Order: sequence, then C-alpha cells, then structure tokens
Amino acid sequence: MTDSLTNSVTSPVPYHVTKAAFLTDATICIGCKACEVACKEWNEVPDDGMIWTGYSYDNTQALGASTWRHVMFLEQPAAAGPQQVDMENPFRWIFLSDVCKHCGNAGCLEACPTGAIVRTHVGSVLVQSDVCNGCGYCVVSCPFGVVDKRHPDGRAFKCTFCYDRQEAGMIPACAKACPTQSIRFGELAELREAADARVTELQRRGYTDAQVYDPLQTSVGGTHAMFVILGQPEAYNLPPAPQVPTIYLKSAWTSALISALVLAAIVCGAFLF
Amino acid sequence: MPGLGTTFGRGGATTAPSDLLNSDVILIMGSNMAENHPVGFQWVIEAKEHHGSHVIHVDPRFSRTSAVANTWVPLRAGSDILFLGGIINHILQNELEFREYVVHYTNASVIIPESFQDTEELGGIFSGWDPQKKQYDTTSWLYQGVQNASNSSDKNPAEMSGGHSMHGVDSSTDLSTYEQDLTLQHPRCVYQIMKRHFARYTPEMVERYCGVEKEAFLNVAKLYCDASGPEKTAAICYALGWTQHSSGVQIIRCAAILQLLLGNMGRPGGGILALRGHASIQGSTDIPTLFDSLPGYLSMPKFGPSSRDLASFIKANKPRTGFWNNFDKYIVSQLKAFYGDAATKENDFGFNWLPRLTGDHSHQAYWLDMLDGKMDGLFVMGQNPAVAGPNSGMERRGLGKLKWLVVREMVETETASFWYASPEVQSGDIRTEDIETEVFLMPAAGHVEKEGTFTNTQRLLQWREKAVDPPGDARSENWFIYHLWRRIVEKAKLDPRPRNQGLLALTMNYTLEGDHREPASPEILQEINGWTVADHKLLSGFGELKADGSTLCGCWIYSGVYPSAGRNRANERDPKDEYGHGWGWAWPADRRVIYNRASARPDGSPWSERKKLVWWDEAAKKWTGKDVPDFTATKPPSYVPPPGAEGDAALAGDKPYILHADGFGWLWVPVGLNDGPLPAHYEPLESPISNPMYPQRQANPVGLNRARPGNEYATSPDARFPYVLTTYRLTEHHTAGGMSRTLSHLAELQPELFCEISLELAQELKIEHGAWVTLVTARGAIEAHALSTSRIRPLKIGDRLVHQIGVPFHWGYNGLVKGDIANDLIAISEEPNVRIMETKGLLCNLLPGRRANNVVRLQEYHSIAEGKTA
Amino acid sequence: MIKDLITRWPVVRQILNRADGTGVEAMSEHTLHMRPKNDGAEVAHSVCPYCAVGCGQLVFHKGNKLISIEGNPASPLSRGRLCPKGSDSFELTTHSKRLTKIKYRRPKSAQWEDLDLETAMDMIADRLWESRNKNFAETQDGQSLMQNKTVAHLGGATLDNEENYLIKKLFTAGLGMVCISNQARI
Repeated sequence: MTDSLTNSVTSPVPYHVTKAAFLTDATICIGCKACEVACKEWNEVPDDGMIWTGYSYDNTQALGASTWRHVMFLEQPAAAGPQQVDMENPFRWIFLSDVCKHCGNAGCLEACPTGAIVRTHVGSVLVQSDVCNGCGYCVVSCPFGVVDKRHPDGRAFKCTFCYDRQEAGMIPACAKACPTQSIRFGELAELREAADARVTELQRRGYTDAQVYDPLQTSVGGTHAMFVILGQPEAYNLPPAPQVPTIYLKSAWTSALISALVLAAIVCGAFLF
Repeated sequence: MPGLGTTFGRGGATTAPSDLLNSDVILIMGSNMAENHPVGFQWVIEAKEHHGSHVIHVDPRFSRTSAVANTWVPLRAGSDILFLGGIINHILQNELEFREYVVHYTNASVIIPESFQDTEELGGIFSGWDPQKKQYDTTSWLYQGVQNASNSSDKNPAEMSGGHSMHGVDSSTDLSTYEQDLTLQHPRCVYQIMKRHFARYTPEMVERYCGVEKEAFLNVAKLYCDASGPEKTAAICYALGWTQHSSGVQIIRCAAILQLLLGNMGRPGGGILALRGHASIQGSTDIPTLFDSLPGYLSMPKFGPSSRDLASFIKANKPRTGFWNNFDKYIVSQLKAFYGDAATKENDFGFNWLPRLTGDHSHQAYWLDMLDGKMDGLFVMGQNPAVAGPNSGMERRGLGKLKWLVVREMVETETASFWYASPEVQSGDIRTEDIETEVFLMPAAGHVEKEGTFTNTQRLLQWREKAVDPPGDARSENWFIYHLWRRIVEKAKLDPRPRNQGLLALTMNYTLEGDHREPASPEILQEINGWTVADHKLLSGFGELKADGSTLCGCWIYSGVYPSAGRNRANERDPKDEYGHGWGWAWPADRRVIYNRASARPDGSPWSERKKLVWWDEAAKKWTGKDVPDFTATKPPSYVPPPGAEGDAALAGDKPYILHADGFGWLWVPVGLNDGPLPAHYEPLESPISNPMYPQRQANPVGLNRARPGNEYATSPDARFPYVLTTYRLTEHHTAGGMSRTLSHLAELQPELFCEISLELAQELKIEHGAWVTLVTARGAIEAHALSTSRIRPLKIGDRLVHQIGVPFHWGYNGLVKGDIANDLIAISEEPNVRIMETKGLLCNLLPGRRANNVVRLQEYHSIAEGKTA
Repeated sequence: MIKDLITRWPVVRQILNRADGTGVEAMSEHTLHMRPKNDGAEVAHSVCPYCAVGCGQLVFHKGNKLISIEGNPASPLSRGRLCPKGSDSFELTTHSKRLTKIKYRRPKSAQWEDLDLETAMDMIADRLWESRNKNFAETQDGQSLMQNKTVAHLGGATLDNEENYLIKKLFTAGLGMVCISNQARI
C-alpha cells in the first residue's frame, strides 16, 4: 500500500500499476542527486566521466547512455513565489531531475529498425540491450536528447523505468530513494491529476509561474514522465513543442506518393500523346 | 554538547526529525540540513508543504537548504551570538516570553549574589577572571545563598575538562537551596540580569555587524517569536555551523535560552535538533572514545583529592538532589562491568585501576605532543585526520613523528599514505626516507559485514544485521580489540606487578563465533545494558542499578535496551505510534521527546489540545500520553519534596529538568561552563573587525589558540587576509572523502575542489568563473576552482564591505578524484569547553592562478598577499 | 518443436497478434522473463553508515555475496528513502579499491609490503607492550595515576557502540590510555 502523501511503498506489499508514470516536482527538489546514484547502482550504469563544469553544482550535464537521471541546477534572477530572500534583486535556485519521458508516441521506438525498442505492458519504452545493434537511429529521433550510444560498448541505453523492479511489484529506484518525494511514481491518470492539483495549489500560494510540463498537444502525445516547473520549459532544456520526427513521414510519404503518381501520369501522358 | 547539557541536563538532540511535522516555525541556522541530512530534511519539506510550517534559514551562503526555505537571511560567519542575542533582547525588551513556562520551568526567578559582575560592568568579561591562568573562578556565578564547599583543590580543573561529562554538576554546591522572586522583578534575579546583559544586542547592532538589514532581522524575530505560547511551537535545527567556533558552546546556549524563553522545550514541534554528522557520533559520545568521560557521561577521574579513592570520587560527583544523585550506582555498576568478579567492595571495585586525567588529553593536545616527538604510537580507526584534522598539514607532520601508526580502514586513506603521497612529500619539503613512522594499514569490516548498533542524532539505537563476511583479512573493531587484548593479557600474566591487576581483571567473556572467532556483539550490548551479578538476569532500566556491586552495567543511559534474553529492543522494527515506539530504542528509557514534562502545565494538564504530548492522569495516578514520560511516572504535579529529600525525590512535581539539582531549565548556567553563565559575543579568533560589543575583549578570552610555528594566526583585522573564509560540506561527499571520493558514482557528481566567491569579488579581482585560484591563510595555501555566484554575498559590516569565501573540505590526495586539502587552511585551536576547532569565520586571501609548481611556500604567498593588498 | 520455433519468431507473433511490432511480440526471451536481480535473495536489515539520520537499509545478499542495498520503507525515520551517499552503499562495500590485505610500511621505507594478519597483530601487541613498559606511570605523589600518555587513539563516530565500548574498556580501563578522541571533538 502507498502513503496518501507520498508514493513510497510503506509495506512489503507489491505495488503494480497499469500505466506507469513519473511526476517530478521541481518545487520540492533539493538537488541532492540521490536519484542519479540510486539509478546507477540498481541498473549497474557506469560513471559518466569525472568532469567539473563549474555550471552551478551540475557536473552531470545531460542525460545520456550512462546517465539516466540528471539533476539540473538553475540559478535565476526571479523570485520563487513568495519566498523571502534577502537580496536586492530577486533570486532563486531551482533543481529538477530530468529523465526519459517514455513518450506516448516515442520517436526512438518509431525509428528503431531492429525491434530492439518496445512498448511494455505498463506503457514504458524499453531498449532491449540484447537486441540492439547500435545503429543509432534512435539517438537522432528523440526530441528530448535522451537516448544515446555508450562507448566503447556501441549499444544504445536509456532509462528502463526499472522494468525489472516493476515486474516484481517494486517502484523504480529513483522514486524510492528521493528524500523529499520530488519524484513520484504511480498511475499515469492519477499523477496527471496530481500534477494539475499541485500547480493549482502552487499558484494559490503565489507561485504564479508554476506549470505542468506534459506536451499532450503535440505529436509526442503526452509523456509518461511529467514535471511541475516554475517558469518556461526552455529554461529546463525542455522543448515547448516537441515532435516525433516520424510524424513528418506521413506527409512526406504522401507527398512522395502524389509526386510519384503525378510523374507516372506525366510519363504515361508522354507515351499517349 | 555542553551548551544543551548545561541548559537542560543532557547533551544531545531533544527531539526527532519527524517531530518537525508539529512545528509552526522551523529555524535552521548553523546547518545546511538539506545537503547534510537530506533524508531527515523530508520532514522539513513535509511540514512546510502540508502543515503550514514556516522554514527560516539563516546562513552566510545560499545553499540547497536556502533554496527551499520560506525565508533566507545571510549573515557574517562568526556573528551568530550577536544575531541570536539580538532575538533574546527583542524578547526581553518586548516581554514576548512565554511567561508561565519561564516562571515555573526555568531559573529566571533565581537570585544571583551581589558579587557577580556582568560583561556590561567589566568590559567584556564576567566576575572571577584570573588573567594569569586565563580562566574563571566561577564561584560568583553560583546562586545566592548556595555555598561552595570547594573541591577546587583539584589542579587546574578547567584544563582537564572536555565538556562531555556530568553537565552542570558540581556536588560541592547545593544548588537546590536557591532564593527566587517569582515576579521576576528583583534586580538581581536571572531575568533582570539577562535584560541588562543583552540590552545592547539591538537590531541596529545586528544590522551593522552581522550584515543583516534591520527589517530582515525583525522579520525573523517576529516569525519565530509568534510561534510561541500554549498553541504554537517552534524548533531550532543546528549543526557544525554553530559548533565549530571558538564560542560554539555559547552560540548553542543562545538557542537553548531562546527555546526556554519561548517555552518550546519538551513540547511537540519544539525542542532543539542538534544534527550530528556521523552514523554513530552520538553513540561515540554516549559510550565515549573521548578522553574526559566514561560511558553514560560519567566523569573520568581527575588526578587529585577527588580521585584519591572511590568515596572521594563519589562525593565529588554525587549532588544531593536531581537524578545525578544516583552517580554512585552508575559508577559502581560500570566498574563491575569493566573488572567483573575482581571488582569488590574491598578494592573499591577496581576504581584505582582506572587512569587519572592530568591535563588536556584531547585530539589537539596530544597531537601537539606528537609534533614534539613525545608520542610512541597512535591507533586511527575510521577517521582521517590527514584531511579532516584542524591544520591538517600540521596533523600530517605530526604523524611523521610517531614511532608507529595503526590505521584501520576500508580503503587507503590520506592518513595511511601521508609518508609518500602528502603535498609536503610531493613538494620535497619532507623526504620519505626521513619519516621513521612504522605504519600498519589494516583492512576493516564495512557496516553490512558486522552486526551491532549505531546511535543516531535523535538518540535512537538501531541494530544492524550482518549480511556477508568481510573480505580477506578485513575484520571488525570488536575482533581487533578482542584479539589484541588476548595477546596483551598473555604478556601481563608474565608480569605480576600491581600495575597489571586491572588489565588482568578486565572482563572479555564473549562467545567467539565463526571461523574468524568474532566476539558476539549481542553479548557486548547485553553488558552495556547490564544484569544482576548473582543470577545474570538482564536489567530493564537504570532504576534497577545499585551501588553495592550487585549490579553490573556498562552504560547506565543505555540500560533497558536489552531487558531480557532474546529481546534486543534496538533490533525491533514494529513502529506503533507517531513517535515510532517499537522501532529501535532511544535513550533514556525510550523517551523520544525529552523534558516532555514541560509539555504539560504546572498542574499536569496539557498546555493545549493542539500541543499535547504528556499529561497527568489523575484517575490512574500517573503520567501518560503519546511518549514515555521523561519524569518519575507516579510523581504527581502537586508533589512537594519533604525536607531532607534526596535525588529525584528532592525535585517537585513541576520541575521538568530532572538531571539538574534544582529541576529548572537553566537560562543562567551557575556551574559547568568555562566561559560564562550567559553567552557574550566575541569575534572569531581571526576577524575582519574588532569586537563591536566589547572592544577590550576581541576573542573568547578562555579559548586556547595553541599558537606556535606552523599554527600562526592572522591579526584581527589583517591586511594580508581581508576576506572571511568558511568551510562546509556538500551533499555528494562525506567528510574527509574516504567514503565518497573513492566511489565512482559519488566522485563524478563533485569531481573537483572549488571555492565559492561572490560575483562582486570575482569582478573586483578579475577572476574568471571556473579559473584556478589559490586561497591563502596564515597557515596554508591551497588551489581550487573559483565558482562565482550570487549565492555568496559581500556584506556591509561597520563601514566596510566584507567579502566571504566558502570552500568545501572533502578533497585529498587519494581516491578517484583528488584535490587540495581545505583544512590545511584552518588552525589548531580549542573552544574552552569542548576543545573543538574553529573552521568557520577565519581570514584568508585569494590570489589568481594555481599553487605554483606544486610547492607550498607559505612565506612567498604571504608576501604576495601583503603586496597585493598594500 | 518446429511449430514452437516458428511461433516464437517475432514476425510471426506480430502477424498472428495483428500487432505493429513494437509490443510484446518484439520482446526477447530476456525481456519476457525479466526479474529484479534481488529476486529470491535474503534480506538483512541495516542502517546507513553515512550521516546521523540513521536511514533504514535493506541489504540483499545470497550465498555470502552482496547483491544490492536500498532503503527500508518500514523505517519511520526514513520511509524507504536514501540520499546519494546512502544510495551508494553497495559500491562502498564492493568497489575494487577496498583493502583486503594488510599493508605494512617499515620505518623510512618508500613502499608498502604485505603482512599476514596474525603477524601484524603480534607486532602491534609488542609495540603497545613496549610503550607500556617504558612509559606507564602507576603512581604520583603516592596516589594512583595508572596512565600511559604516549599511546593514543583516534576514531569512533563511524564505529558501533559495541566497538567503542571495547576500545574504551581495553585502552582506558585496561591500559590506562587517556589520549582518546574521536570526531565528536572535531
């Protein structure tokens, strides 16, 4: 059973969902990176290089083949709602844990020619490492820059939604570890509602730029990892209107078909006349 | 620790992090709780998001805690007493105290003799100052009417204290014979003295010398003080941002005074959460690998008349009233635990086999002896002084003067490899072939490879089960001590001198298990719990202890954790209620919120329905409620002690602070602290300004700065070192880095040492973001990346702009990621009560560029610094 | 058997199920039978060794081999959560640079040597005893002193209560070592 306030499983009773989802809330993230580490430990993901960036406290930089949770650090000249910060100019420091969106319509899945990338029964997008041949088509097809090839291994890797854990009724490692439950795991429909409720609540409290990031109106068709953020998605490197690249295929193929038919008509006409 | 210990009776956090759900206001100061106690911080977030708590963070830096607080206020590192004293003054001037609580539960009404003189009258010191000895004779701080039948024939008692035992106990006085004025009007009652003492700690002073604007200060004061009274409570959370100062104990005293004045102690959502930093540092204070106390906060015998024999020792440590009146039961039972059957009434239960203290035997003191070549050997188990010690460069040089060193660790730490890998050796200042130290680096078992208990910051003992065997030759410390003892005892058997009697009598009767012959941890915990000698029946609590040798108990405050065979309460995992009873076991007696008698009115009814915790049940004639009462269960609120009563029976039914001889919470500390009955603001040992409060007394007069070549100090101010430096931790690493820099998943999160500087300073010095810079103090120089950010601010202090620089201290020369050692910058110094060093609020300079050629030439840097600022 | 082989072929499954080739039909055997690595493992209840919050940990192991460590949801202190350090407890315990053998350095030497455990213990006991013989002071001015100030101990905040108890008992109550300190002073 789960807490009413959180989604941490408070008893050993297995917890299964029909449509898995993450809701990640920037307003209660403390930027600790427990999610990054818990994910790597469980999934045996290697380190991604010891590189100091000087970019706030973010030395992880981006999601990739060896980083499946990435905490962003945003130092912004704006107030966080009603927060009292004794500075002449408004200031806030926001943290957000980014992750694979497990898109409703996934670009990586559409592009994969080998069937390595599949949709599971909980609605997550899974890269099967034992099938992947490292062609890399998925890499260029993700509108969020999530999936990538690992070197020198060659195969593509990304968040698995801890599919192995879910099969046994356990929640994903990152969601379990998150000290403040900024990362919540649960049913997609429930978390979509919770996201809206949270934003309403935040706005009531004075966080006027609080919003949900879940691009339902695009060809991505909404994601199974939603975010509650303050301010515009662009500041979080989240595209405001992501598209599945293969969406253009339909019109491209249609145009090609029409062009072919027209060309055929012209050629036939040339012979007839 | 003595800050809380003297004020309330026990050192240590008074509540649990989960109790913060009940706080209306949470003041976090001297702590970066979100980064250093992230999972504990979940309660702060939940309190804020779902219970309407207002979270205030006061800190020189805008950290990850500040980012999620409701209110953040920056202040100058080292000005905490000024700030907190300002709030105390605000309360007293405006009569905002929780009057009924203060009158009944604190010593506000107690009268102090005329012979006492305050810092206001003596220009920054209290009466009793001996300028030769640089110590106080604290007699004039005692209550009026109380006699001091002095035991101060003990040589230099202050010198031998370490602040970890018998807080506020001096059995040569009888503090229960106080005089009081319950109207708090008498000019020499504690309340009025405090009013005068703090009168100049005004909002203007706070603005001018803490760098906190008046409005911001008054906003914090109002938010915090409003959360007081029967219906509301506020909690204070602090950590090493308060303790690692030359007046650290007095900073904490300010917080303790505030929580008493506002009536927050012992109540839900109130209290003081002292956030400790290591898995079992609370345990290692309770069962102390510390020089100045025996398990359970009992005094170590000090050489002199008070330890001539057991009777003298008991006399010196057994006050007539309050719970410490049971001292004799505790010490005799402990001696029986140490020396077993050989400890008898005839030989004072082996009391004379215990060593006596003859001075300051703390870390800093014996390390200086090490530097002077006076030490033979050192055991280091799970600590890394080469990185985390004060003036770590000097610590490393000290290691090189030992004859032999034993390091027990999971990895090769900087302490183990100092002889070839330290900066001094790498630069050629010291040659490996000149270091004579013999080094044994022994692999140690990790936490899943041995079973035993940790005691966490909320005094909770939790048992750990063993999962796997330690690899190779790695062993637990139990194994090491036991098998070392076995060998030593063989030698002692061949040497029949009296000196070895105690050693030969030492009890080590533990079952040895497995191929490694590991002493059984449950049996050790049982010994700590105690049993009756005759039938080996385990004790259910310290109430059963006797002073006649019929009981045995390693540590009285832990008695009750193992009350019967097969019942290890530290190993219970069945939480039954809001306070987690049934999960682990807290000392004392599984009380989760201590001093909880104060959650009820003097008449025993709760202060309010909203804030009820423990109350008197008239029908059942006992205290009841949501927690185990921190009070004698059947003592009614109306109880008046009969004349001549002793111990706990001498305390009335409305006295919650049962360890104190008078049962009061101590706003005023008459005995137990070396530097004052009340906090006074002194500047840190190195400061950019002179003390604005007491110009004749710059720094804590009783602190030890241990100045010597290699451990020099800047002047206050100092043209060579214009910036204020503070050190701290990050959430990604752990202390000296042995448990994090060696791990790829943590090392990659924070791979390199950086220092945080303000945008203004970066601009002024033309330092590019990310560039290498060298930080220089009077003791050392290190290189770091410059991280320029608005999260660090220059503050207007007096007439100048003071820049602050922050540096995390996690890096060293071993591990997957390496970097310079920040503690090379700080000094070996000793706060006067606990002897902790000052790591926040020092002076430094910042020079562009890397440390040249990996050579540490301090004099060169000092000249450059002087030239630069000239 | 041939039938079994054919029906397991992803293309065939796709056609038979009228699927689009991105669902179950495209799953490998490994994916179809995926289980967590701690399936069927034993669990030890432990406590995180890092800070003083004391988060509960579940330690999964099998056949004396560690499998994984994560939070214990039943703990009322931590509710199953762990910070980045606590989350890395498995790596802490199993990484390749863990010491498993004694390293010994002779005086003035420039390298480590190997040393077996029993010999090391004998040598350490010898040195401790030698120091005691030279520097132990039984009395002073006719009063019990029982002190050796020349051997010291440092450490304790990362150790168990039981270990600190034995250290204090042997070093102080047994050997008269008064120079004892740990991180609580630092």
